[in-house]
Amino acid sequence: MPPGSCSPKMLRKSKNPTCRPAPERDTLEGVELTGLLVAMIVLLAAAAFGAYRKATDGKVRSVSGSINRLHVPGKITLLQFSSAFCAPCRATRAACAEVARTTPGVAHLDIDAESQLDTVRAMGIRRTPTVLIIAPSGEIVGRVEGALNLAQVRTAIGAVHA
Amino acid sequence: MLDSRGPRFAAAITTVVFILVLAFGSGWLALAQAAVFALTAFTRYGPYSLLYKRFVAPRLGPPGQFEAPQPVRFAQIVGLVFALLCAIGYLSGASLLGVIAAGFALAAAFLNAAFGFCLGCEVYLLARRVLTRGQSTAGGQ
Repeated sequence: MPPGSCSPKMLRKSKNPTCRPAPERDTLEGVELTGLLVAMIVLLAAAAFGAYRKATDGKVRSVSGSINRLHVPGKITLLQFSSAFCAPCRATRAACAEVARTTPGVAHLDIDAESQLDTVRAMGIRRTPTVLIIAPSGEIVGRVEGALNLAQVRTAIGAVHA
Repeated sequence: MLDSRGPRFAAAITTVVFILVLAFGSGWLALAQAAVFALTAFTRYGPYSLLYKRFVAPRLGPPGQFEAPQPVRFAQIVGLVFALLCAIGYLSGASLLGVIAAGFALAAAFLNAAFGFCLGCEVYLLARRVLTRGQSTAGGQ
């Protein structure tokens, strides 16, 4: 039997492959399986990324380097990089300012990262808020990314003495 | 200042919308979401925020955290760009563009809803770094 010669009745009942309607590739009741697969992969990847961020944000990473400006000589400086469209920068600013106000020998500088792009590149600042912890000598001892609360700022300062 | 749970609620709806956009390859749905982003970014009548204020907020306690509107508006504008690219892709037959744009929009919306991800914190500085790289090098010489 030549393909395409099936009657509607045969089309329903026949097991002859030439008599079946062409399967609609990739779709199931209008659902695009490729799109659904992409959605699932994106959600899994985003969940993994979010969990990683949640685990690492607010933790001090040790860095090496020194800076001869943007710090207060003789004090531990919390150098915060902020940006215009950054909600957690405000919370971090409040926490750093409070710690600087109540802890002798600690200063807080909050700068608009946009206005210091050369420093941003030199220090490898990728996002805001990022806080550099600078020893009284100007040596950079640590870097913290993400929103910080009071306890995290105090822990970060501990990196200087460690 | 905004009740910071409002944008999280909106992001949760947006997440569902982009899953549906991908599942049905629907450019029209992406276009509708683009209109929602535009209304939220440029007017006081963001559909999802109205839903939140009318039906959700009264059932929750008083807001614990407030946030400034500028970061939220920035994220809505970035969302608008991706939703428009997605709609253009699907409606013009370039469905690969539609899938890619919807994928990025879904990732950002889901991260915002689930983790309070702040798009402006992540991409604004990177964009400034990249866009001014040429100028800075030229200026330094």
